[in-house]
Amino acid sequence: MNGKIVKVSGPLIVADNMANVKLFDVVKVGSKGLIGEIIELRGARASVQVYEETSGLGPGDDCISTGAPLSVELGPGIIGGIYDGIQRPLDLLRQKSGDRIEGGITAPSLDRDKKWNFVPTAKKGDHVKAGDIIGTVAETKIVEHKIMVPFGAAGTITEIKSGEAAITDTVAKLKTDDGKTINLTMMQKWPVRKGRPYKEKLSPKLPMITGQRIIDTLFPIARGGAATIPGPFGSGKTVFQHQLAKWADAEIVVYVGCGERGNEMTDVLTDFPTLKDPKTGEALMKRTILIANTSDMPVAAREASIYTGITIAEYFRDMGYNVAIMADSTSRWAEALREMSGRLEEMPGEEGYPAYLSSRLADFYERAGIVKTLGSNSRTGSITAIGAVSPPGGDLAEPVAQGTLRIVKVFWGLSANLAYRRHFPAIDWNISYSLYADGLTDWFNNNVSNEFSKYRSQAIGLLSEEAVLEEMVRLVGMDSLSSKDRLVLETAKMLREDFLHQDAFSDVDNYASLKKQFKILKLIIDYYELGLAAIDRDIDINKILYIKTAENIGRAKHVPESELTKLDLIGRELINEMEALSGEDD
Amino acid sequence: MLREYKTLKEVVGPLMLVQNVEGVKYNELVEIVQSSGEVRLGKVLEVNGSNAVVQLFESSQGLEIATSKARFLGKGLELKVSRDMLGRVFDGLGRPRDGGRDVIPDKNLDVNGLPINPTARQHPNEFIQTGVSAIDGLNTLVRGQKLPVFSMSGLPHAQLAAQVARQAKVLSQDTRFAVVFAAVGITYEEFDYFTQDFRKTGAIERAVLFMNLANDPALERIATPRLALTCAEYLAFELGMHVLVIITDITNYAEALREVSAARKEVPGRRGYPGYMYTDLASLYERAGIIKAVPGSITLMPILTMPEDDKTHPIPDLTGYITEGQIMLSRELTKAKITPPIDVLPSLSRLKDKGIGAGKTREDHSGTMNQLFAAYARGKDSKELSAILGEAALTDLDKLYAKFADTFEKEYIAQGFYTNRDIDETLDLGWKLLKMLPRAELKRIKVEILDKYYPTDT
Repeated sequence: MNGKIVKVSGPLIVADNMANVKLFDVVKVGSKGLIGEIIELRGARASVQVYEETSGLGPGDDCISTGAPLSVELGPGIIGGIYDGIQRPLDLLRQKSGDRIEGGITAPSLDRDKKWNFVPTAKKGDHVKAGDIIGTVAETKIVEHKIMVPFGAAGTITEIKSGEAAITDTVAKLKTDDGKTINLTMMQKWPVRKGRPYKEKLSPKLPMITGQRIIDTLFPIARGGAATIPGPFGSGKTVFQHQLAKWADAEIVVYVGCGERGNEMTDVLTDFPTLKDPKTGEALMKRTILIANTSDMPVAAREASIYTGITIAEYFRDMGYNVAIMADSTSRWAEALREMSGRLEEMPGEEGYPAYLSSRLADFYERAGIVKTLGSNSRTGSITAIGAVSPPGGDLAEPVAQGTLRIVKVFWGLSANLAYRRHFPAIDWNISYSLYADGLTDWFNNNVSNEFSKYRSQAIGLLSEEAVLEEMVRLVGMDSLSSKDRLVLETAKMLREDFLHQDAFSDVDNYASLKKQFKILKLIIDYYELGLAAIDRDIDINKILYIKTAENIGRAKHVPESELTKLDLIGRELINEMEALSGEDD
Repeated sequence: MLREYKTLKEVVGPLMLVQNVEGVKYNELVEIVQSSGEVRLGKVLEVNGSNAVVQLFESSQGLEIATSKARFLGKGLELKVSRDMLGRVFDGLGRPRDGGRDVIPDKNLDVNGLPINPTARQHPNEFIQTGVSAIDGLNTLVRGQKLPVFSMSGLPHAQLAAQVARQAKVLSQDTRFAVVFAAVGITYEEFDYFTQDFRKTGAIERAVLFMNLANDPALERIATPRLALTCAEYLAFELGMHVLVIITDITNYAEALREVSAARKEVPGRRGYPGYMYTDLASLYERAGIIKAVPGSITLMPILTMPEDDKTHPIPDLTGYITEGQIMLSRELTKAKITPPIDVLPSLSRLKDKGIGAGKTREDHSGTMNQLFAAYARGKDSKELSAILGEAALTDLDKLYAKFADTFEKEYIAQGFYTNRDIDETLDLGWKLLKMLPRAELKRIKVEILDKYYPTDT
């Protein structure tokens, strides 16, 4: 007996006759077979959130459970994929229904026909359990897709193939202890709302390098950590998320565009295939998976898109990869929750958001982390999660931003004022923080320069001193400042303009290696130290402020990575000029 | 299949309850026929068993529930479209309002549209020259962009929109250009200003106007922008025209949305606006764009007045999160008689970087743009400082920046509503202003570009 719709209200429908279904099962609704998910059960009545436009549905229409929860397909072919919130491949949808997404169209998430070259790494007679790798597929030039024994399966390999196979072909057979045979394919399914299991969680200890100076040097993020970028519109959240997706040194990047602009997704789609990974020289798309639920696409799928993204990230983590997931923007996801909650007539919490908002947020971010994976030859894999938040009016005193800040360890606060000045990335150094910074100090000192942390704390000191001095200038004017104070202001200005400011649209400046970051930082701090020494020699402050080398320091960020010795030349020039300054008038 | 019911039970504000219905679908169009024969339009907002909640597009005043009939039409709200719509004026529900005949439809299109597959979108990258320096030079508009004007009550946003509609052109040869104008709850005067302006320049021939004036039913406003965008989609994606859509005023639209939400007793989001307003506005704005391998484009310029001049009010706030930038008007500049009063610092065009540079505008565009922004911001800071402490407290360089800011406002921004500057003029003017500053200050510009336009010996 099929379920029948009794009520339709926007993306929420209520169906009767649904006695034998489970919560969070996927259902097909109406004659078009729109995809929905059961979110509430009362006796035989089920409330369903529908992932597609519900216009044209009415009481009496069918509502049929598929008996399975919302799941994603995992296997070779997933890299480079562009999916909607429920993992339908958008390019296939376009072939099927044209330029616009119509209701009820389906397409397999992974290509069933494509043959992959399966290279076995296990052999007949091996005893394997969940998480063990039985073979590999060179999916792209930079990603080796590891075929794992799915969760719940274990036994002795009785047969293992080698060579061309489609993802649904059996590549190995297991005999379980109780004598059953399990056929293993290269594809597995996993329900999105359930985190994939692992052996043990570890503490993040290594940085994820992003090539962005303000991040790596001032507010670093650890592999397996969680960060948030809140900011008002126009402060460059999305550009910055794109920058991270492009340059972060992760092996796999999952980018979730959640309720954002269509053109932005198009930008990613046109940009990423043309950009090269600085480490491998291959197109960035070869390590990227995109989940696109643009703001004109149905709202319920927005809620699912975040889970779809993190489940895919977990799958690659389980192979032992370092994965970065960007979610832009979690506020839209929260709004989708709010809309469904309102339609379910739940008692609202703050600003109409459901009372369970912060626990859902925590759930999501907690699926990030660095873990020892399942399997006998235990691997370490990590997920670094970076979520954008779009607080109304840029005011962080709202439930989504607050709920997020309670969980994450890194806060990159964007400021409208910096954005107006076209200081990008508009991350406000006075409010941002990274709780990983102290733990990562040793790594930076050992791997970049033993003076790294010294210079870093000097830079932070100068920037906060600047904030205090600016207040003073506002009250009493520049004249009342001592020479040393003016030097502080000048150095802080250099830090802002010549170091923290980074042009995402410049081919040279959009990525800076740690070496380059450190060299520029050193130039500026050296300028300060030499300036102090000059002041002690009674040199007029104006001479120090207007030295010629300052212009070259300003252009240091435009020096390409291959010519970094130029920066050392500027450093020598700086010392010479500063030391040559004399007290005489000239 | 027509179904008529005489079971109207309740009318509360814009909502109506019809009982004992069968086979009614969500979002279906409803005609309410009164005993006098008068017909009002509505749509199904919710069906629950045999009850249907209908939202009227028109006022419920004078509606008699005992004798009226509800006729369910089995389809959503549609617009009859045809090439002949160009040059015509329609009301907020798409009926001719210029006394002319009904349009002989080429097609009937559902006004809600369908989401564009992101893989089908073409990223906008073609520069539109509006002839306004503050836009072309600093907040460049490109074809297929959605760039709203954030205005305040009493500011000349209408003049600016008309100027853009009048002067906008692309540098390539393609000239199949049309304007779709949707008046949403504005006054007759303002509407008349646009029509007169379109008429003067001959633009009326290639314009389609939808008018819902201040005294027209408020609820019609929920439909009007959708009709306009449906018409634009037809002109753009079926007839291959480049369409500029102007919708004014989005604030009135949002208020109509709030009215319906309040009548349904929904849990409100901020300031009483419904929690789904972001999604709803996105379903309008996201209809702008370009589709791969399809000629034509929709460029959208919605205008909204910020209540209490507050940028963080939900209407501008949510709009800003969806659109690709904003043109912000300023009350201070208006007072200083600077027209168009575009406040360039909080204004932004997110797509500008794709539309400028060598081959599109000029190689020096990006660098000078960033430098002008930075210098103007610094100049404004200096002016602020001198207002508190007196000019004597400024360093020489700060005085120079303060002077720069003043000159910039006077020469660059204040061009008036009838000056049409081409992009070279705008860029050259930028250089003229930047040369007020020492070369070493221009750190945002590449050395090669500086050497070419600002050689060391000048």
